[in-house]
Amino acid sequence: MLRYTLKRLLSLLISLAIASLVIFAVIEIAPGDPASFMLGINAQPETLAALRSELGLDLSKTQRYIDWITGMLSGDFGTSYTYRTPVADMVTQRLWVSLPLALYALTLSTLIAFPAGIFAAARRGKAGDIGVMGATQLGVAIPNFWFAMMLVLLFAIKLRWFSAGGFVGWEKGLLAGLHSLTLPAIALALPQAAILARVMRSSLLDVLGEDFMRTARAKGLTARQALWRHGLRNAMIPVLTIIGLQFSFLLAGAIIIEQVFYLPGLGRLIFQSISARDLIVVESVTMLLVFAVIFVNFAVDLAYAVVDPRLRART
Amino acid sequence: MIRNLIFGGLLTSIFVIAALLSFVWTPFDHVILDIPSRLQTPNMTHLLGTDHFGRDILSLIMVGARTSIAVALVAVGIGMGLGIPLGLWAAARRGSLVDEIIMRGNDLVFAFPSLVIAILITAVFGAGAVNAIIAIGIFNIPVFARITRGAALSLWEREFILAARVAGKSAARISLEHILPNVTNLLIVQGTIQFSLGILAEAGLSYVGLGAQPPTPSWGRMLADAQTMVSIAPHMALMPGFAIICTVLGLNLMGDGLRDYLDPRLRVKRV
Repeated sequence: MLRYTLKRLLSLLISLAIASLVIFAVIEIAPGDPASFMLGINAQPETLAALRSELGLDLSKTQRYIDWITGMLSGDFGTSYTYRTPVADMVTQRLWVSLPLALYALTLSTLIAFPAGIFAAARRGKAGDIGVMGATQLGVAIPNFWFAMMLVLLFAIKLRWFSAGGFVGWEKGLLAGLHSLTLPAIALALPQAAILARVMRSSLLDVLGEDFMRTARAKGLTARQALWRHGLRNAMIPVLTIIGLQFSFLLAGAIIIEQVFYLPGLGRLIFQSISARDLIVVESVTMLLVFAVIFVNFAVDLAYAVVDPRLRART
Repeated sequence: MIRNLIFGGLLTSIFVIAALLSFVWTPFDHVILDIPSRLQTPNMTHLLGTDHFGRDILSLIMVGARTSIAVALVAVGIGMGLGIPLGLWAAARRGSLVDEIIMRGNDLVFAFPSLVIAILITAVFGAGAVNAIIAIGIFNIPVFARITRGAALSLWEREFILAARVAGKSAARISLEHILPNVTNLLIVQGTIQFSLGILAEAGLSYVGLGAQPPTPSWGRMLADAQTMVSIAPHMALMPGFAIICTVLGLNLMGDGLRDYLDPRLRVKRV
């Protein structure tokens, strides 16, 4: 297990190093000088030079990369060019929207997908199964931002149950906060639930064909008892992997949904920073998201190895 | 099931035909603004209604289909063009350093949150269809590399490959003449799936303004335009949405159907 963990850890570090180089390089070749963007076209060359040196833009590329990385490692993500506030503070603030939204969507998607997948597997080939599978086909085909617009149309404009966008803030209370995240969470959860339900179903069907399931039936359990006591637990491994992957996807993939609902999350922060040429924010937030995704993948790999000892032996 | 294949094929071909037809004919000129007839709901003249500039939505969807299909198709082409040779190469040199580097590179691309990177690429290098294609295409490469390598690895153990090696053929020739034809089915199926994902990705990028730029119509842009109008003209959002859903659904069904059709074992045991 230790060997496996170390190997995974090494590959995690290499991935992060390469990812940071790629992100830095992309931002470096981005057209547009942040200093001249901030000062406008009429700026004096001396002022421009002063600002460039203040922002550290006159240093060599290597020096700036090293500064950026060492800064990030010690929790200093730099200072936003436009807002003049530490990027770390901006990120923390935005995380209070993005993280709960991702968790909320993940909970919803699990709550929809589990019953749907189990229901379909238990009625394999029957009308219920075909119905659920048809619904999941539709679910993966619907663009979530379009679905979001439809939700707004129905629940915000016609029925007025929810607001069409924005976030009230957690100061107004947990319920009010959750209430304003409900439509975005549903929009995010739908395609995820469709995928998860399919995985749940096919994983269960695989398990149902196993010998131990026949044994369970032979010792007198009904099909339903065997499914709940022995089938589900064994079918969970691939399902948990997908849930882990979906979480990192939801965190990074909410970008478009945040745009639809004008939510002050990480995704909108990236967008606003790109248009304001606030490259240090773009750079750091992208790196953070990549880190989150790579780290969750790493954690899922480890969890997988704990559950399934065969994986450890293989490497 | 053959039913999926036929239904999916029909659904997809409606949009492919509409896209091709739009080169020679559309009900109305999609560039001309006709303000007096703006925001019409579907009627006999404008079958799918008009948008806030009075443009015919059916014509916009037909021309928009070109953008969506072209972007997704070229992105799949990039993925196949680079991914398949990489996968074949990795399999031919299995266990070597080359194999290791290719596969670790794949893992790395997989680990990137694709949407964030696509947004970064298009934002940094400028919004537009070409950059959208590149951004989507990059993430197709590891998909095809991995699937090609996986299938090729098991083929390399087979007798007919051994025979080819005994006959003195080089690894490259074996890969091209014997391995590639045997993994084609798999690649076609994956191709339709990536195609449908490409359509969704293009719609997402255009929706946030990073895909095809006006006046080139695209389904994602139509949805972005529709968003502010959704309370007074819901059809502006419904129609392009249906176009995306039908195309993606058609491609997915086609992929499923093709997989079952091309793999006889699955015709019996369907999971």
